[in-house]
Amino acid sequence: MSMTTEATINELATQKYKYGFTTDIEMEEFPKGLSADIVRLISAKKGEPEWLLEWRLKAYEAWLKMEEPEWARIHHPPIDYDDLYYYAAPAKAQPKSLDEVDPELLKTYEKLGIPLHERAALAGVAVDAVFDSVSVATTFRDTLAKAGVIFSPISEAVREHPELVQKYLGSVVPVGDNYFTALNSAVFSDGSFVFIPKGVRCPMELSTYFRINARNTGQFERTLIIAEEGASVSYLEGCTAPMRDENQLHAAVVELVALDEAMIKYSTVQNWYPGDADGKGGIYNFVTKRGACRGKNSKISWTQVETGSAITWKYPSCILQGDGSVGEFYSVAVTNHFQQADTGTKMIHIGKNTSSTIISKGISAGRSNNTYRGLVKIMPGASGARNFTQCDSLLIGDQCGAHTVPYIENRNASAKVEHEATTSKIAEDQLFYCRSRGLSEEDAVGLIVNGFCKDVLKELPMEFAVEAQKLLAVSLEGSVG
Amino acid sequence: MLEIKNLHARIGDAEILKGVTLTIPNGEIHAIMGPNGAGKSTLSYVLSGREGYEVTEGEALFNGENILEMEPEDRAAAGLFLAFQYPVELPGVGNANFLRTSLNAIRRKRGEDELDAVAFLKLARAAVKQLAMKEDFLKRNVNVGFSGGEKKRNEMLQMAILKPHLAILDETDSGLDIDALKIVAEGVNTLRDETFSALVITHYQRLLDYIVPDMVHVLAGGKIVRSGPASLALELEASGYAGLEAA
Repeated sequence: MSMTTEATINELATQKYKYGFTTDIEMEEFPKGLSADIVRLISAKKGEPEWLLEWRLKAYEAWLKMEEPEWARIHHPPIDYDDLYYYAAPAKAQPKSLDEVDPELLKTYEKLGIPLHERAALAGVAVDAVFDSVSVATTFRDTLAKAGVIFSPISEAVREHPELVQKYLGSVVPVGDNYFTALNSAVFSDGSFVFIPKGVRCPMELSTYFRINARNTGQFERTLIIAEEGASVSYLEGCTAPMRDENQLHAAVVELVALDEAMIKYSTVQNWYPGDADGKGGIYNFVTKRGACRGKNSKISWTQVETGSAITWKYPSCILQGDGSVGEFYSVAVTNHFQQADTGTKMIHIGKNTSSTIISKGISAGRSNNTYRGLVKIMPGASGARNFTQCDSLLIGDQCGAHTVPYIENRNASAKVEHEATTSKIAEDQLFYCRSRGLSEEDAVGLIVNGFCKDVLKELPMEFAVEAQKLLAVSLEGSVG
Repeated sequence: MLEIKNLHARIGDAEILKGVTLTIPNGEIHAIMGPNGAGKSTLSYVLSGREGYEVTEGEALFNGENILEMEPEDRAAAGLFLAFQYPVELPGVGNANFLRTSLNAIRRKRGEDELDAVAFLKLARAAVKQLAMKEDFLKRNVNVGFSGGEKKRNEMLQMAILKPHLAILDETDSGLDIDALKIVAEGVNTLRDETFSALVITHYQRLLDYIVPDMVHVLAGGKIVRSGPASLALELEASGYAGLEAA
C-alpha cells in the first residue's frame, strides 16, 4: 500500500455518516420493556378496535414462546428486549395537515433531502414520513384520492378502512412466522398502507421515509400494500438513523398482495447507520418482507440496495400462487468495516408457469461479512415453472468474507432452475488502469462497483438509481488499499 | 519534453532499471527496442506510476516537473498516457461512460469545464469514425469480450479522446495482425504535432515501418546501450540484440 493510499484511507475513515445528526424534539415515550400492558397501551394510544388488540396480544403470547433465529451467519451480543422503548413519538398531537407539523421535524427531513412540503417535493412522488414510531406526514394525498388510491399511515387505515386492513394484515406474513414478525405484530406502531383499486395504475411513485431518532428505541413499522385486479404501483422506501454508540433494533414487516394481472414494484435504499469504523453502534435490521402473487399473471418485483445497518437480516420473498405469476429479486448488498449482512430471497413456485429471477450482487470490504441466502422452491403443481438465479460477489481487500448459500427444492420434473455464481476481487490492474486514465482511486472503485451492480441498479426508478450510485461510492470510501 | 535522468528502479530486491537516461523533445517520437527482460515494460510502468516499483535513484521531468512524485491520475492530468500491453477489462462499465468519466476527471484537474453528454458523444463519435471503428464500440463494456485487436484499438480511441502530450505505447503491437498494426500507427500519426510526443516500446521493427520514429534507443540490461536514427531499427532487425549488453 502506498503512502498516499494510506493517507486517503485515514482521511476517509474519519468521515462522518452524513445522516447521523439527532433531532432535539419533545418526545412521548412509554416505559422501557415489553409486557401485555405495553401492548395494550400502544393499542389504546392508537384508538384501535378490539380485534386488533386481540391480534397483538396473541402475537405477544407467541413471541414469548419463541427464540431468536440462529441459522444466519451473523453474530451480536444478546439483545435485552426489556431495555428497549417500544413506543416513541413526537409529543405534539398528530398533525392534520402539513402546516401543523412541528417545524423541527420539517427541518429534519429537509436535512435528509426529503422535502415534505408538497410544492418542494419531487414532482410525482408522494411521501409518507415515519419518525420513530409514528407517521408524521403524508404528501399528495388528495391527488391520490382522486385516482382512488389510498396512501396513508397504517394507524389511520386501521380507523378508516378497517375491513381492508383486517382482511389482509398478517395474511402474507403470519404473526408467528418468526421471532421478529411476532415481535413486530405485537408492538408495531406505524408504517404505510397502500391500496390500489381494480384497474388503477397509481399516478405517481409512492415513497416512505423511515427515520429512527430516539435513543434505545426499537422501530417496528408495518407496511401493507394491496394491488387489486389489473392495478399497478411503484413504491420506494428509504431509511436513515442518527449515529449512536449503542445498537438500535429495527424489526419491520412488509406484506404485499397482488391480485390478477396486478403489478407491485417495491424498491428499497437502506442506509441505516452502519456503526463506526470499529464496529461500534449501528442498526440491527431484522426485517421480514414477503409478497403474495395471488392472482394469475400478477407480478411482484423487489429491488434493494442495502448499504447501511450493522447487521442486515432480510429476505424479501415472493409466493407465486397465481398461474403465470412472476417474482423478481434484484439486490445489491454492501458491507464495509465490521458490518454483517445475511440477505437473499425465497421464491415459492405454486402456480403453473410461474417464473422468478434472482440477481444478487454482494460487495464486501473491510472486515465485513456478506452472505447471500436464497431458496427456490418448486411445488408439485408448478408445472413449467422457471427460475434463473445469479449471485455475484465482489471482494475488496483480503479481510472480508463473501458467502453464497443457495437452496433449491424442486418437486416438479418440468421445472427449469438455473443457478450461476461468481466471486471476484477488484484487481490492482483494474484500479491502475482507471487511475492511469485520470480517475482518483475512490472514483475508480466507485466506477468498478457500479459496473458490477449495473444489472440491479437499472431496475431502480431514475432518481433512486442516482442516489444509490452515490451511496455505493460513499459506503465504500476508505475501503481500498 | 520528457527528460529521464539516471533512472534506477527495482521490484522487490531485483534492480531492473540501472540508470536510464533519455530525452524526448516535444513533437518527437522515440522508439525503445530491446530483448525480453531488458526493462522495457518496467520503464513504462515506472513512468506512469504503477504500484510495486520502487524508484531508487534519478528523476523523470515532464515539462520540468518530476512526474515520479505524482499519483498516476495526476500524471494523466499532466498529459501522460500509457497504452497498455494488456488492456484491462471492466465488467459492467460502458466504454462511453468510462471515456467521459476519464476525460472529465482530467479536465476538472486542469481547471477546465466538464463536457456534457451531448458534447462528449459528438467528440467520441468523430474519434470512432476516424479510427474506422463501429459505433457500437462506445456501448460495449470496457474491453469485455474484445478481441486482441479490438482492445488495442480501444487504447487508441482513448488516446484520441484524452489527447495526451506524451504517449507511451507498451508493446501495443504485440499479437496484432497487419491491419490492426496500421490502425495503431494511424492513431499515433494523427496526433503527431509539435505538442505531442511518444515513446513507442516494441520488440519488433515492423511497427516502425508505420510509425517512423525520430530516434531509436536500445534498452538492454536496464540501460540505454545504443541510440540512433530510424535506420537503427532495421539494423537491429538484421543483426539481433546479441552482444548489445556488452556494448
